[in-house]
Order: sequence, then structure tokens, then C-alpha cells
Amino acid sequence: MITSEAVKERVEIPLASETLSEERIAYLEGLVSQARTAAAVFTQFSQEDVDRIVKPMVLAGLEQAQHLARLAVEETKIGVMEDKVIKNMVATEFAYNYIKDKRTVGVIREFPERNLVEIAEPIGVIFSLTPITNPTSTVLFKCIMAIKTRNAVIFSPHPKAWRCCSEAVRIMYETALRHGAPEGVFTCLESHTLQDNAYLMKHKAVGLIDATGGPGAVKAAYSSGKPALGVGPGNTPVYLEKTADLNTAVVDIIISKTFDNGTICASEQTVVIDDEIYDLVLNKFAELGAHICNDKETKLLARTVIDPETGFMQPLAVGQKATDIARFVGLSVKPNTKLLIAPIQGVGREHPLSVEKLFPLLSVYRAKSVDEALKVCVDVNHAGGLGHTAVIFSRNDEVIRKFGEVINAGRLIVNSPGSIGALGAVYNDLVPTLSFGCGTGGGNSTTDNVNIYHYLNIKRLARRTQAHMWFRVPNQIYFNMNAVENVRNFPSRCTVIITNPAMEHIGHVDIVRRCMPEQTHVHVLVIPDAEPEVKVVVHGVETLNFYKADQIIALGGGSVIDAAKIMKLKYESPEADLQELAAPFLDLRKRVVQYPTEKLTRARLIAISTTSGTGSEVTPFAVLTDKEHGRKVTLADYSLSPDVAIVDPQFVMSMPKGLTADTGIDCLTHALEAGVSSYASPYTDADAMQAIRLVFKYLPIAYENPRDEEARCMMHNAACIAAMAFSNASVGVNHALAHAFGARFGVAHGRANALMLPHVIAYNAAVPTKFMPSPYTQGYVAHKKYATVADLLGLGGNTIEEKVKNLVAATEQLLDRLGFPRSIAELGISREEFERAIPDLTKLAFDDPSWRSNPRMPLMSELADLFWSAYHGRGVAQAANASQKQTA
Amino acid sequence: MATISAWLKIDEERVVPALREAGEKLNGDGGEVLLDFSCVSRIVPSAVKAMENFARLADDRAVKVVLRDVNVDVYKVLKLVKLTPRFSFVSRDPRSPD
Ligand SMILES: NC(=O)c1ccc[n+]([C@@H]2O[C@H](COP(=O)([O-])OP(=O)(O)OC[C@H]3O[C@@H](n4cnc5c(N)ncnc54)[C@H](O)[C@@H]3O)[C@@H](O)[C@H]2O)c1
Ligand SMILES: [Fe+2]
Repeated sequence: MITSEAVKERVEIPLASETLSEERIAYLEGLVSQARTAAAVFTQFSQEDVDRIVKPMVLAGLEQAQHLARLAVEETKIGVMEDKVIKNMVATEFAYNYIKDKRTVGVIREFPERNLVEIAEPIGVIFSLTPITNPTSTVLFKCIMAIKTRNAVIFSPHPKAWRCCSEAVRIMYETALRHGAPEGVFTCLESHTLQDNAYLMKHKAVGLIDATGGPGAVKAAYSSGKPALGVGPGNTPVYLEKTADLNTAVVDIIISKTFDNGTICASEQTVVIDDEIYDLVLNKFAELGAHICNDKETKLLARTVIDPETGFMQPLAVGQKATDIARFVGLSVKPNTKLLIAPIQGVGREHPLSVEKLFPLLSVYRAKSVDEALKVCVDVNHAGGLGHTAVIFSRNDEVIRKFGEVINAGRLIVNSPGSIGALGAVYNDLVPTLSFGCGTGGGNSTTDNVNIYHYLNIKRLARRTQAHMWFRVPNQIYFNMNAVENVRNFPSRCTVIITNPAMEHIGHVDIVRRCMPEQTHVHVLVIPDAEPEVKVVVHGVETLNFYKADQIIALGGGSVIDAAKIMKLKYESPEADLQELAAPFLDLRKRVVQYPTEKLTRARLIAISTTSGTGSEVTPFAVLTDKEHGRKVTLADYSLSPDVAIVDPQFVMSMPKGLTADTGIDCLTHALEAGVSSYASPYTDADAMQAIRLVFKYLPIAYENPRDEEARCMMHNAACIAAMAFSNASVGVNHALAHAFGARFGVAHGRANALMLPHVIAYNAAVPTKFMPSPYTQGYVAHKKYATVADLLGLGGNTIEEKVKNLVAATEQLLDRLGFPRSIAELGISREEFERAIPDLTKLAFDDPSWRSNPRMPLMSELADLFWSAYHGRGVAQAANASQKQTA
Repeated sequence: MATISAWLKIDEERVVPALREAGEKLNGDGGEVLLDFSCVSRIVPSAVKAMENFARLADDRAVKVVLRDVNVDVYKVLKLVKLTPRFSFVSRDPRSPD
């Protein structure tokens, strides 16, 4: 709060305290030591102990309200005794009403749904400066807050209010002590100097400075390097808008501005009045005892009550009666005049009366429009009142809202008196206080009404939350031989079959055509036999638009299905920006970009897979090749998942051996990676384990005997089941490596996976250099899960380590049986070429989102090591990894 | 092994006189004093003061002060008033009969 002294004291409180004598230092140290012990002992008190002390303190304050008010007026010669009684009562009774049921000890709040608990930790020793304008009420209020929060306070009252303040401290202290508070909990500095303040502000045993005072005190508090609550000056603008209830407004302003002779820093300073009601309002003021100054009188006041040199109010006027001020400056007013009203024409140094005036002198301004009124209010707000308080009287919600937006004030008081309104709990539901935080605008750390929570360190006990997980797959999956017949059940006016030349050639397209309902117009879009590129997608969308398709059937391997997913996305939401949607993310549910939910058209996507690997028919992923930059981008969103998946083995009988092996190992990689993923859940584990079992059993048969229907069927199911697992648990570092390597060297996805797979199993099973933070898993389990896989496959082994080794060996045997190269070197890539590629490969792999769910967090150097292991090949890697220790 | 010059059980209601008496018994030839705090659930400012004085006295006499079974609330008070470095703290083995 700004005070008269504070205005004088714009000279800052010195922070240097060298001039203190030894005796004085010993005295100050004694106070601190006593307060520190009291605060320390206080930490043992329970909520009940504390509440038992607070109540009698409040009652004592109420009892002594008049006595203390009288002392304050006598000593400071400021304000109105009757009003100070009210202030003392607000400071005790209203504050108590707010705090009495609040918890301030131990657990103070619980948020079970967030698994959070708040626990109070007292501050310890608070060094408190109190103002001349509200001396005793501030002391009472701070004492009650301190006890409620188990803190000790050393008070440093304004020197000109020392007697009344120390009496207030005494009353509070003795009452508190009688009811069990620790000895030494309150002390009051005696005959102190600014050096004393500086010494205590810097004292290491002081935890917080609570400075309610002028700008000098607040600044000193903030410059001390200690946490401080410094509450600054105000300059309250009031907008009296034409829709307001004028009778209420005028009375409220008079109540507020004359309360304690205007000493509350939240009181009204300049009232901006709409032109239409200006004269009426001034008449009402005059009727109720205000003196409206003419030009000459206004100029006289401007010269006298405002210091022409500093532009601030004259301290002598602070808290004086209107009639006394009038007499003092030589103004003739009626003897019952409550308030002086001075019209001003602007704000700033040229208009001296536009500043804060802590006495019953109010400036008024006639505004021609709402716009002008708001601007003048902004000017007043910026002329020394930033962050403090502002008042509006209006019935127009739009204007009230605008006022709230443009005025920077911690308290925006609507249709009520500013000063008493800001104190809280009388005219509104603001927290009762005697200290108004003014935010950064006022150089303060808070805009709050300072209250018990500012006297606490609030600790948050954050329990581990069980992260929500999900299992999402298309709700219609048809499988087994001739499952394609189900297409018949989906009504469509116009269907576009997206496929590639091989499918037409083999006759797969005709099979699908035969299953279409008769009335459906069917068009076939043959796309190039390659992984999808943007230009293919663009062409596809043109076709869909041309035919106004309401159903898309993707018939092909992962490439075709992925192309169809992206086409559908762009067809339904033409605004979708593929580049943006492919932006990196850490957690699918928290990522920055959102897939479009607004759809221009809708088309059902039926995915019929013709390879047994990607499982793209059920996944929410689509991989797009960016030829220009030599990379692949992965789009991921459940809105990409096909609506219907058809897993019909008749379409995979024609797969050549190489493709069977490549896609089969892709499927195995999906299952193994989903199995150890940090997003794995019992739901995905079930799928992953089943898929692994099916691959080990049926892939070699399907490879060696392509016409074996059972093996084909089981492998086709395995691919879809593995995809359900990785659609929800995602993949891992194997895919990151394979994506980078495959794109750079043009190696098919499954083949690239195969080259990495045994090395990645060994890598994940070893003790990680870096663990992956994951709220979904408990402890490191990758090696144990591999061991479970080994058990499931009946690979033998007694220890986890042995089982993992057996799994690696079994995987290698499978790869050998499927005729995979054992190393990247075997592909004919020279060591030099590979060495040159390594930095790029490592970077690409690290940027790939696939590894984010890997159980072990890969370091860049480890990615490079893994590439090299794959380059050298399986035999070598096995020996190298044999020395890595397994986790227990 | 250090000789134990005194072994005192401190009563919560009598922390101040007990420490005064213990202080009087401190002789100048080193050794160790063991104060059993197992019955002290809370301390008051005067007790803190008494402990501070006792620690000073023990320092002067080169006597090591060991506090046994100080509860964590009291321990925190001693920590806040910076008294913990002046003492050693031991806890009774929960399995031991004493
Ligand atoms: N969306 C996902 O969830 C997901 C997951 C993993 C991989 N992918 C992506 O899928 C693509 C790989 O898919 P893919 O492995 O299915 O291969 P693919 O779709 O690229 O097909 C490979 C080749 O096999 C041919 N082919 C497909 N089915 C055939 C059959 N039944 N008989 C004979 N030939 C056939 C195709 O015409 C093509 O020439 C890559 O782009 C990869 O990045 C996507
Ligand atoms: Fe894959």
C-alpha cells in the first residue's frame, strides 16, 4: 500500500547494514534466533493445535478493535477512528471466516482423480513490514495468518505507527501464547532504523519478506534477494457507464472514497463518466455531500495537494478529512462536505490530479464514448496503478468484459465500492485481505489478495498414475478362406478398387468384382507397383472425386492399402496437410497436430490384404515415400484404420517365396517389438505371443510349400494379429533401423527388418545404457518377455539369459531357413559405402518415431553400433553381444 | 571404545532440568553422553535452548553427545535450528529387547 511516508520515502531503503553497532546486531540476532526456534518448534503442531490458538486470537482482536483503532488514529493522525474499527474487525472476523475451515497443516488438499495430494510446509520466519495507513488491522491480519500457517513473524511497523502496532502485536502474542503457541512466535522491532530492516531482509534465517508498504519498502524487499510479497501502490480508475444504476454507483463511490478518509490504496481515484449522465451524476454527488470544484478550485488543489516537483500526492493530506483539506488549501466548502470532486481533462503530469490521492479528493472525467472512457481508464491504470484495482459501474456485460480485458488490475470490482470491495468478502467473494498483490505491473509476484496460501510452501505429492491405455482395431475383421464374400454385405453406389498391376494380372481383382453387389458401380484404379508416393495419392483422390466414390476397396499388400488410407484421408478432408500430419510426436495422445475430424465426404474403406506381413488392413498407420528426400514418413492416427478388414488367404497363395519370407519376417518383427514395447499391455501381449507362435510354426511351411493352405491361412492370420498388437503397442528400434536402411539402400521392408532382428533382440535383452521413461511399464522386462517367448516356443534354457540366447538362435535359424542374407555386407554394399552412409542412417533412425516405444532408449552411438552389427552379420554380432550382461 | 559417562532417559515434561542435571555431570575427560529421547514426542522452545546450551557445554568438555531414538518431528526441529551437527543420532535396533 502506498502511504504518505512511502511517498516521501521514495529514497530507497538502503540494503547495506554496515553501520549497525555490535549491540544492535546482537539484539537483531536475538530476535531472529527466537523466531527461528519458535518456527522450528511450530512444525510439530497439528491442525487442531493451530486452530485452537487462532480462534481466541480473533476474538481478542475483535474485543480490542476499538482500542487499537483509537490508538492508531491518535498516533498516526490519519483516517477515521470508526472506519479503523471496521478495518480491524474485517481483518479478524472476515479473515477468520475465510480461514477457519481451511486446512493449513499436513495434507491440505487432495485430488484423488489426479493422484495428487497437497501438503503444507511452513515458511519459518517471516519478516513483515506494516504500513501507516492500516497499521493495526494489518498486524492483526498477519498474526492470524501466521499462526494458522505455523510461521513466526518479526514485525517492523512503520515508525510513525509503531506504538499502535506493537500494542496489536502484544495482544496477539499474549493471546496466542496463552493458547499454546510457541514462545517467541511474534516479535516487534523496537526503535528501528532502515538499517535494521536491511539487516533482517538479508538474514539467512528469514524465509519470506512480507512488505505491505510504500514503493521504497517493496523495492527493498524485492532487491534483498529473498522471496518477498511486496504489494505496491494503486491508482484506481472507475468507469461509470451510462447503463449503471446511478444511485448505487454514487453512494458506493462516496462510501469507498471516504472510508478511513481514503487511505485504502484500492479506493477510487478518477471516475470516468459517460457524457450522457455526467451532469446528472455530479448533481447526485453534490446532493449527497460532495463539493464539486470549479476550474479555479481544481487548479488550486492541483497546485497544493500534489507535489509539483515529484507529481505525487502531498503526504500531509493523506487520510485527512475533506473539510480539513479544503481549509488547509484555502477552499471554501460547506461544513458537512464529505468529498471534493475535481473535474480533469486528461491524465498524466500535465493533469496533476490524475494520480493516486489517498484522501477524499476524487477526479472526474467526462467521456464522449465508451471507447474514450476505456482509453482514459487505461491511462489512469498506467499512471501508477498497474496491477492494483479498478472499478466499473455498468449493466452492460459487453462493456464490463471489455473493461476486464483492457485494464491490468488484480481486482476488477463491478458495481460496488473499490476499497471495501478489494478487501474481499464484504461486497463480493474475493479472499479477505489487507494486502493487495499487484502482479508484475506493480513489481509484485502475485495479483492475489494475499492470504494464508501465500504463507505456505505447498508441496505436491504426486503418486504414479496408472496411465490409461487402449486397444483399438477395426470393428469388423473377416478371416479364413473366401472371407472376401463378405464384401457383398456392404451397400455401395460406387466403389473404387485400388490395386496394382500384379493383382489384376493374377486375377485377384476379378474375384473381388464377383463379390460386389449388383447395383454397385465398380471402378478399378491401378496404381504403380511401388510404395506410395504423394503423386500417386493425388491421382487417386482425383479418381475418387471423379466417381464420387462412397466405398474404397484396397486390394494389395501394405503399399496399396497405405496408399488407399491416405487417399481416403485426402478425399474426405481435402485440407489435410500430409507434411504437417507427419510431424514428429512422443505420445500419440498428446501430439501437437490433430487429424481432421470434419469430413467433406465419407467413404468406407475395406482393406483386403494380399501379403501376410504389414497387417496394414487393421493398422492406424500409413507409410508414404518421400522420394525427393530419400525417406519415408509415417502417418499415424486411428482415423486411418480401415473400416473393414478382410483376411482371406486365397489372395496370398500366389505370393512368391521371397515375398512370403520378407512379409513373414515383417510380421514376426511386429510381434516381437510389440511384445517388448513400453506400450505393451495384456491385450497386445496376447496377440503378440500368438502371432510369434504362428510365425515360427507356419512361416517355414508357407515358404517351402506355398500351396499349403493351412500354413498360408495361419500366416495371414498371424500378420493381422501381430498388426493388432503393434497398432496399439507400436513397434521399436528394429523398425527405426529398417526404415532408415531400407530407404537409403532400396531394400524391401521385411528384408531390412530381418537383417536387424537378431541384433535388436540381443540389444534389448541387455542391461540398457539408458532406460526409456515409461509410465506404462514397471521395471525393465524386455529380457523376461523374450524369455517368455522362448518358453512359448519350447526353446529350452534354464535362466533368462539362456532363454534369450535360444530365442536369438531360433530366429537366426528361421532366417537361414528362409534364405535371408546373414549380413548387409552380403547384399554387396561395400564397407566404404556403408561407412559413408552411417551418419545419415543414424540420424534418420533416431528421427524415426518407431523407437519411441522401444523398451531401451537408443543412444545415437548405439544405433550406429547396431547398424554395424547388421553389416558384419549374425555370427559376429552374436559373439559381440555374448559379453553383454543380462538384467536380473 | 569411548567411555560412556552418562546414560539418561529424557522425560518430555522435564527436558530442561534433565539437560541441566546432565550438564552438571559432564566432566572434562572426554567420553560420551547418551541421551535417550524415546519418550520425547515434542519439544518446546525452552527445550531447544537447553539443548543448544548442553551442546555448547559438551563441546567445551570434549564430550560427544549421542541422542537415541529422536523422533523425526523433533529431529526436524533440531535440523531447522541447525543443531543436528552438534549431536550424533542413534536408533535402537527394533529387534533388540531394550
Ligand atoms: N501401414 C502399416 O501398418 C504398415 C506396417 C508395416 C509396413 N508398412 C508399409 O507397407 C509396405 C510394404 O507392404 P508389403 O510388405 O505388404 O508389400 P507391398 O505392398 O509393397 O507389396 C510388395 C510386392 O508384392 C506384390 N504382391 C502383393 N501381394 C501379392 C500377392 N498376393 N501375390 C503376388 N505378389 C503380390 C506387390 O504387387 C508388390 O510388388 C511398406 O511401404 C511398409 O513401409 C505399413
Ligand atoms: Fe513393418
